[in-house]
Amino acid sequence: MGILSLSLFQAMLRMSMPVLFAALGGMFCERAGVVNIGLEGIMLNSAFFAVLATFLSGSPWIGFLSGVLSGVGLGVVIAILTVKYSGNQIVVGTGINVFGLGFSAFMCQKIWGSRGASGSVAGLPLLRVPYLEQVLGENTILIYVAFALIILSHLFLFHTPWGLRLRAVGENPQAADTAGVNVHRYKMVFVTLGSGITGLGGVFLSLAHLSFFAWGMTSGRGFMGLAAMIFGKWTPLGCFLASLLFGFTDALQMRVQALGILPSQIILLFPYVVTILVLSGFVGKALPPSDYKPYEKR
Amino acid sequence: MLRRARRFLEFPFLPEVVAILTAFLLGLLVLFFTGYPPLRAFSALFRGAFGSRNAFGQTLTQATPILFTSLSFLLSFRAGIFNIGIEGQLLMGAFVAALLGTMIRSLPLPLHLPLALLGGGLGGALWALIPALIKTYLGAHEVITTMMMSYIASYLTSYFVNYPFKAPGWVAQTNPVQPTALLPRILPPTQLSLAFPLALVFSVLVFYFLFRTYLGFQVRAVGLNPEVAENRGISVASRQILAFLLSGFVAGIGGAGEVLGVHGKFVDGFSPGYGWDGIAVSLVGRLHPLGCILASLLFGMLRAGGMTMARVTKVPLDLSLIIQALVILLIAAPRLIRIFILRKRGL
Repeated sequence: MGILSLSLFQAMLRMSMPVLFAALGGMFCERAGVVNIGLEGIMLNSAFFAVLATFLSGSPWIGFLSGVLSGVGLGVVIAILTVKYSGNQIVVGTGINVFGLGFSAFMCQKIWGSRGASGSVAGLPLLRVPYLEQVLGENTILIYVAFALIILSHLFLFHTPWGLRLRAVGENPQAADTAGVNVHRYKMVFVTLGSGITGLGGVFLSLAHLSFFAWGMTSGRGFMGLAAMIFGKWTPLGCFLASLLFGFTDALQMRVQALGILPSQIILLFPYVVTILVLSGFVGKALPPSDYKPYEKR
Repeated sequence: MLRRARRFLEFPFLPEVVAILTAFLLGLLVLFFTGYPPLRAFSALFRGAFGSRNAFGQTLTQATPILFTSLSFLLSFRAGIFNIGIEGQLLMGAFVAALLGTMIRSLPLPLHLPLALLGGGLGGALWALIPALIKTYLGAHEVITTMMMSYIASYLTSYFVNYPFKAPGWVAQTNPVQPTALLPRILPPTQLSLAFPLALVFSVLVFYFLFRTYLGFQVRAVGLNPEVAENRGISVASRQILAFLLSGFVAGIGGAGEVLGVHGKFVDGFSPGYGWDGIAVSLVGRLHPLGCILASLLFGMLRAGGMTMARVTKVPLDLSLIIQALVILLIAAPRLIRIFILRKRGL
């Protein structure tokens, strides 16, 4: 039983990763005052580019980098459309989601001849960390990147002047502007950064969790990331704890599926039901860090 | 010359037209860079959409569910709600319609068909009611909950047609619907059924409701400015729940139309994303029923022609999704297009 629960813990930690990256990415966007509904599409797109670049170069590290860069690329598109041209944030995000789904399937079919799944590529190598490994399980570098990101973004947001300015840009752009903060630049930079972080979630799915791309493989984890971010009250540590809940549901779902006691369609429902429950039951009165209106300089 | 240019710029649907043309142009570029023959692909697309009587029937058939889903999105958006779970409401509506169509026997057509359609609409409305109530009473934003409800609907209906309601055989589908519940075909041998004129009737109804009734006016007022509406004594919550219900109802009818008009049964995974199409179509159609009719014909063409294109030139069908995404992105920021045009014209 002890081993079982430890391995369940490790599975929970692993499966919380994509949700966590999406939650952290979404948090930076929302702290800058932009709702990023496109996390799902960004993650899917990054998962695809990570596999594509690994396939072309033979190195999963190049894949890693391409995954992040493709997230940054879509982030720039979102930032330009929502910040510079005050486009409707939810419409833009929806467009990004549709794009991620269509583009990855299109390219997958072009390159591997099947829109269902790509060929197998070299995944990221497992990182040997003495002692820690016995608790966290065998993991790629991404889990340590995630831990570092949680700590760094916490310090950044709440203990540096730039973090303070970022929060001000989200909460009260007029005041931030008056105080001499370049509101548009902050928004552009952090929407882009947040999208890049979300891309890490895609890299995790296609190069660490699996080692190929599959159609729609994010299966709603971008939206779960948004839910985890709200549940975690827009703080890095909160995001982490909330993501663990989603990781747990995912790990449990895999366990139950392996037991074969319920039809897979019913088990696959779990995480979505949990997402709705989390959003409706436990959030309470969480105050968003922004009213998300496009900022017009007066 | 300048005056003419100005008149051109004042053409009311310029941003939409430019967005569509730009998206198609970018689609051509995607084809070019991925090594497909762009012009042959696009000519196959147009042939597949308009080349013959059957092709045109196919375009209208594909436009039908898209018109329903775009009206559904329009109804929610006008009330300030972002219902992106239309796909799920369509699936639930389709499933309820299939159940009513298969289970009830020996009922005459004039009763059975409306009953199955209505059941489909109610199925969609009930599925939309859940996120509506959660939004109103528990404060969870509908963008995430409706999306989650979509995933749930897709797995749930898949479970239903794989286990309890599975027809004998290999395919995950229900038994065929009784002939008394089928929507008559109006352009054989194509699959075009009465669902298409029904969708047109719904466009008129939605227009009448939103722009000619007091309740519709209240719904729009809530969408335009909830604070002012509340101050004027309009209950924002109740109008938004109403809009959610209507939105789900129309989506459900769309699903029922597919089951009763095209497939004759509920087939697992029959919708290639009509719910998503609805969002793009609604936006291109300027959130107006008449615009939705025109835009749904365009997207129906994209889907019908896309199939011919995929068959003839092996271009993946997903190209239509890419074009759709580009249209959404370009429409999302009208200022982008206006500024782009103005700069080019030097005005």
